[in-house]
Amino acid sequence: MQSEIILRMEGISKSFPGVKALQNVDFVLRKGEIHALMGENGAGKSTLIKVLTGVYEKDAGQIILDGRNVVCRSPQEALSMGIGTVFQEIALCPNLTVAENMFIGRSQNSFVRWKEMNAKAAQLLDSLGIPASPTQELSSCSIAVQQMVSIARAIDMDCKILILDEPTSSLDEDEVKKLFALMRELKARGVGIIFITHFLDQVYEISDTITVLRNGELIGEYQTAALSQIELISKMMGKALSDVSEMKKQEPQTSSDSVPVFEATGLSSAAGVRPFDFRIEKGEVNGFAGLLGSGRSESVRAIFAADKVTSGEVKINGKKVKLKTPLDAMKNGIGYLPEDRKHEGIVGELSVRDNIILALQVMKGFFRPLSRKQAEEFANEYIEKLGIKTPSINTPIDSLSGGNQQKVVLARWLLTHPMYLILDEPTRGIDVGTKVEIQKLVLRLAEDGVSLTFISSEIDEMIRVCSRLIVMKDREIVGELSGMNVTEQDAMHMIAQGGKGHV
Amino acid sequence: MESPNTTKPKTRLSNSNLLFMIAGIIFVLMYGFALIRYPGSFMQFQTFFDLFNLNAALFIVTLGLCVVMIAGGIDISVGAVCGLVTMACAMLLQSGAASIWGALLLALAIGTAFGVLHGFLIAYLEIQPFIITLSGMFLAQGLLTTLHKDPINVTMPAFVALRNYTIEIPWLGTVNRLGYFIPCEIKPGVIVVVVLIILYAILMKWSRFGRNVYAIGGNSQSARMLGINVKRTRFFSYVICGLTAGISGFVYLMTTGAGNIGNGALFEMKAIASNVIGGILLNGGVGNLLGAPIGTMTLLTINELIRAAGVQSNLQAIVSGLLLYLFIVLQSIVMSLRGERKFRIVLPPWLKP
Repeated sequence: MQSEIILRMEGISKSFPGVKALQNVDFVLRKGEIHALMGENGAGKSTLIKVLTGVYEKDAGQIILDGRNVVCRSPQEALSMGIGTVFQEIALCPNLTVAENMFIGRSQNSFVRWKEMNAKAAQLLDSLGIPASPTQELSSCSIAVQQMVSIARAIDMDCKILILDEPTSSLDEDEVKKLFALMRELKARGVGIIFITHFLDQVYEISDTITVLRNGELIGEYQTAALSQIELISKMMGKALSDVSEMKKQEPQTSSDSVPVFEATGLSSAAGVRPFDFRIEKGEVNGFAGLLGSGRSESVRAIFAADKVTSGEVKINGKKVKLKTPLDAMKNGIGYLPEDRKHEGIVGELSVRDNIILALQVMKGFFRPLSRKQAEEFANEYIEKLGIKTPSINTPIDSLSGGNQQKVVLARWLLTHPMYLILDEPTRGIDVGTKVEIQKLVLRLAEDGVSLTFISSEIDEMIRVCSRLIVMKDREIVGELSGMNVTEQDAMHMIAQGGKGHV
Repeated sequence: MESPNTTKPKTRLSNSNLLFMIAGIIFVLMYGFALIRYPGSFMQFQTFFDLFNLNAALFIVTLGLCVVMIAGGIDISVGAVCGLVTMACAMLLQSGAASIWGALLLALAIGTAFGVLHGFLIAYLEIQPFIITLSGMFLAQGLLTTLHKDPINVTMPAFVALRNYTIEIPWLGTVNRLGYFIPCEIKPGVIVVVVLIILYAILMKWSRFGRNVYAIGGNSQSARMLGINVKRTRFFSYVICGLTAGISGFVYLMTTGAGNIGNGALFEMKAIASNVIGGILLNGGVGNLLGAPIGTMTLLTINELIRAAGVQSNLQAIVSGLLLYLFIVLQSIVMSLRGERKFRIVLPPWLKP
């Protein structure tokens, strides 16, 4: 089925300071095609979409829409050219009616003709099979229906290309079915749909074509029917290019009678991870493996009590404790380096020094401030230890590169001398050299007796560092791999098949 | 297996209308209570009309502020602008340099000037509305005291005639103790109030501008994505608010006939309270414009009730404060029971549905 091409992106490149987000990426969308855009964190999916919709300006390459070379400068302009986007976060006004949300901002009339608008809306909702009434307030609709209203608006504006960015992440199964029915209807009308999701099963259910990106590069375009799940996963995760031959992970020094540093049973949190058991020994490095959205971050956040813990029992060094807030966890010797460095990790305007001493200061309490001299000593010590490249300790952390920012956040936790440190995607978005440095540091810490949990989107990185992999899928632990000879193949097989029985 | 939250198309009351209804019910209950408890004073229609006769300016200020609040903003300069207008107009009229129309024009000009200034700073330079209008409040107060410190009684004959002009309603009134029928009286300011309520209600419900105001109040980020000019809409919401404050100053002068540095004092606070009682939320995007006069009426009725009860004046403020708490908590509970994320408050277990 080779139908008419409506969008062709050729040789798209885009870099941000220190990161090449897209390098020479091609993308083709055909009429009436549902095209899944796949890739792990930082692969460049959203950058590609933002280039297409005019949020970012591309550095190189061209966008050919209906045979014409076009340049978009804003999402509004993209919309006027027939490219509609529906984001995960719904960009509608909850306090207006469904009909208003479909038509507001599009007419130049000074007055609203309610009757006419409601009639038009009712007709469109009907024809698309969207279960909503034009006069109901949008906030009274479910998220799925709100998303459909957003799609209906785009369709009514004659969109030929519809981008659905993670539309299903907050929908339940039933709602996903409805959304898919709508997508099929649009496909039949000849709309080209770009579908971004991290749910593999959904990709196989609905998409015709898959384009895989990794580290800002195009891996390839495939027919969905011709690409097995395991192949897709290996294309998404791939291998990082780094020489790590001298790195040697080691078995944790456990004896049979040792007490785990941290042990949880039936732990679950408000973020929606299913109750799980977890333990880690002294000096062990383990990791949560799984695709984005599989619940790996939610699990460690539950351990650190970063999300509201809803059930479970926690023992630290064999002693029962109650962790209700991150501060409780910190006081018990647990450190957590969050996935979202920009928002949860660094405090942008503060200096490198203040960022380093932050956690220690919090643990001491703000009424017993560290002296300036002490703070400077600590900061200098860790800048040297971790090789942080900064002009001075007073430099605002914002002006450092991603890798160095990450090291500062690491230093912050090391300063508190945790016995258990959780690193969630510590190597994301940083250059290969720093990646290897961080991996080595993890192994060195383990040698010193610190227990670590390490999470990464790159499976080979995890295999190098972790002696035990806990495999997750659909917010549930589906298996465990341990021993020195685990291969990427083993892990990918488990991710691909592990959850099958539960879906 | 059918998922429990399958959505069926159903039209329920919107949040704006629900809060409006609550406001209406509160007012009716309040006034009903007043009628039963103090029939002597509340059983007269004139008492009801006097709420409007004496407080026309407050009603007007509340309307303008309502537009800004629905847009998600706040304007605390309105009281001071109203006061400044009374003094400026009084001086102008008293100097004999201008007619009543000239004074009206001055009132509109002052109000609009403040509105444009605030609108520009808040919408285009994106500065916090609270700070900007606080500055505006000080500026207007300062100008007011600089203009004239002592009260100015306007003695211009044409104006005095306007001030004393009343409209009698021949078929409505009360019979006094001596058996004379006294018809109810309405001041011209009330006409202004009614006209503005109708105008603004139409503006907010049927005009493109009004709907855009709701949209930016609901979610300005989304509104921008939907193609609404958020800055321009926000700008004009403040211009309208300023203009309305100007009108209220003129109506204030029409009611009292004197410029005074105390004029319009605390109007901004009373107007905010009125709007909140009337179901216009400070978060923006939610509220029916008709809630503004309902809220003002409720607030004034509370004061009347307390006065009728003969409570000491310091207790009056306390009681008004407590009642305000009560209403607002009540609103929050109702909204929260609706399961709106935006309004969720922590409910004690015995209140959970």
